[in-house]
Amino acid sequence: MKVLVAVKRVVDFNVNIRVKSDHTGVDIANVKMSINPFDEVAVEAAVRLKEAGSATEVVAVSIGPDKASETLRGALAVGADRAIHVQTDVQTEPLAVAKLLRAVIERETPSLVLLGKQAIDDDCNQTGQMLAGLLGWSQGTSASALVMSDGKLRITREVDAGTQELELVLPAIATVDLRLNEPRHASLPNIMKAKKKPLDVITPDALGVDVAPRMTILEVRPPLQRQAGKKVATVGELAAHMKLATEAH
Amino acid sequence: MAALVLADHDGVQLYPATRNAITAARQMSDTVHVLVCGDACASVADETSSIDGVAKVLLAQAASLKELLAENVAPLLVELASDYAYIVAPATSNGKNVLPRAAALLDVSQISEISAVISADTFERPIYAGNANAIVRSGDAKKVITVRATKFVPARSGASNAPVHEIAWNGDAGVSAFIGNRVSAGDRPDLTTAAVVISGGRGMGSKEAFGLLDSLAQGMNAAVGASRAAVDAGFAPSDTQVGQTGKVVAPGLYVAVGISGAIQHLAGMKDSKMIVAINKDAEAPIFQVADIGLVGDLFEAVPELTAALAHAR
Repeated sequence: MKVLVAVKRVVDFNVNIRVKSDHTGVDIANVKMSINPFDEVAVEAAVRLKEAGSATEVVAVSIGPDKASETLRGALAVGADRAIHVQTDVQTEPLAVAKLLRAVIERETPSLVLLGKQAIDDDCNQTGQMLAGLLGWSQGTSASALVMSDGKLRITREVDAGTQELELVLPAIATVDLRLNEPRHASLPNIMKAKKKPLDVITPDALGVDVAPRMTILEVRPPLQRQAGKKVATVGELAAHMKLATEAH
Repeated sequence: MAALVLADHDGVQLYPATRNAITAARQMSDTVHVLVCGDACASVADETSSIDGVAKVLLAQAASLKELLAENVAPLLVELASDYAYIVAPATSNGKNVLPRAAALLDVSQISEISAVISADTFERPIYAGNANAIVRSGDAKKVITVRATKFVPARSGASNAPVHEIAWNGDAGVSAFIGNRVSAGDRPDLTTAAVVISGGRGMGSKEAFGLLDSLAQGMNAAVGASRAAVDAGFAPSDTQVGQTGKVVAPGLYVAVGISGAIQHLAGMKDSKMIVAINKDAEAPIFQVADIGLVGDLFEAVPELTAALAHAR
């Protein structure tokens, strides 16, 4: 079975982002970029399926500007076999990404597509579900466990009240939660080898997909800052403040 | 044109976040209908019909709608969508699972986890773990929207008695099957709606130490939450995680114990009315958002606090 895994290049999760002073967006010039943490887990899951003999090939896909190829090289370095870069400078919305991925999937015909449950920049949590809808495939979102059995996918989902288990008919879309696995680090020899692995670059036009945004960002504002608080010296003082706060309701 | 809210429920009761989504929908449209679907959920439809501002309840009961599997619920939403300008759901695990699938089938972009309705086509939503708020205008004819519950007051049950219309539906995509749920046992209030939340982090050191927080929570009728570090270490179940990718809470009082205050954790609790932090590290980032901080050993402070609050009653 072929597994496709979608990855996104985002501002590193440790960066304290700043809103531009003209409120047109977030200042991401000169900040550290990395693979979206959830996508890192998805790549690891795909590579483990290959190591377990369930997957025969792992194809990594990313949609974005020139530098998204670096993110793909990272996926190749931890075990993806080849990569596809859909190159565009448009700020693609999840719907456009899902349509581009559908076009790639129609060419590649994987049995399983793995994505992160959300990207830590737009915090949308949409792409996997949209892709499943466009293809008419089954979907398992926020997966914390994946098991292949009898040609079906047993998936454990993290849900509000605990966990939920589903059985999905293949082909299927799964989005992964951080709890699914601990991603490995790429070794230096594997980083070198990854430079020789195939990386195809295509454009949205070649895939016949219109990526024009449906939404306009009118303004980006910093959140309200909280007033500075105070420190108390004793538990007694702390208890008094807490008592007041709970009585206020 | 009207707004349709997808109710989230467990088959017996409406999940409270649905009420917050109804409030948001009323800011979009004067006419709000609620879709209650599942395999047996008539009691949920009855409960919904008494909520102020709900003009009509649509009830769809079918075996295929059990557990709100997205593959089966999304086509139903699409079928109903022609009568509505807004398709709305609370940003719960069910809402987040189903709505984007319906949006794609309708060929519209979804607006996730809105924090405010600015106008008929313009909404505010947090991005970058809540470190920025984007004001977005949707150009789609139909708006598909999930709602961040903590940003809207819950719609109350009143004297209203909206009609319940049964919808015949037997569609089944047949590509997924529900196997089972494992629900975390707990008698504490629901984390997302509790007036007081007490959360522990890596500093708790062990699963057993969370018992200290349980004792404190017991006396305050509080819910117990956790940071990702505490969940990853196995100190607390994953459905108690508060943060960017866990639950978002905004209680009257949030008590962070042994939590450093990473960006991803703050994203889930910084709208709390009062934040209290107990941490032995005076430089921990949590103190930058805490209204009241105590620098000290939680293993001494928490039992002392539990006793002090019990004594005060």
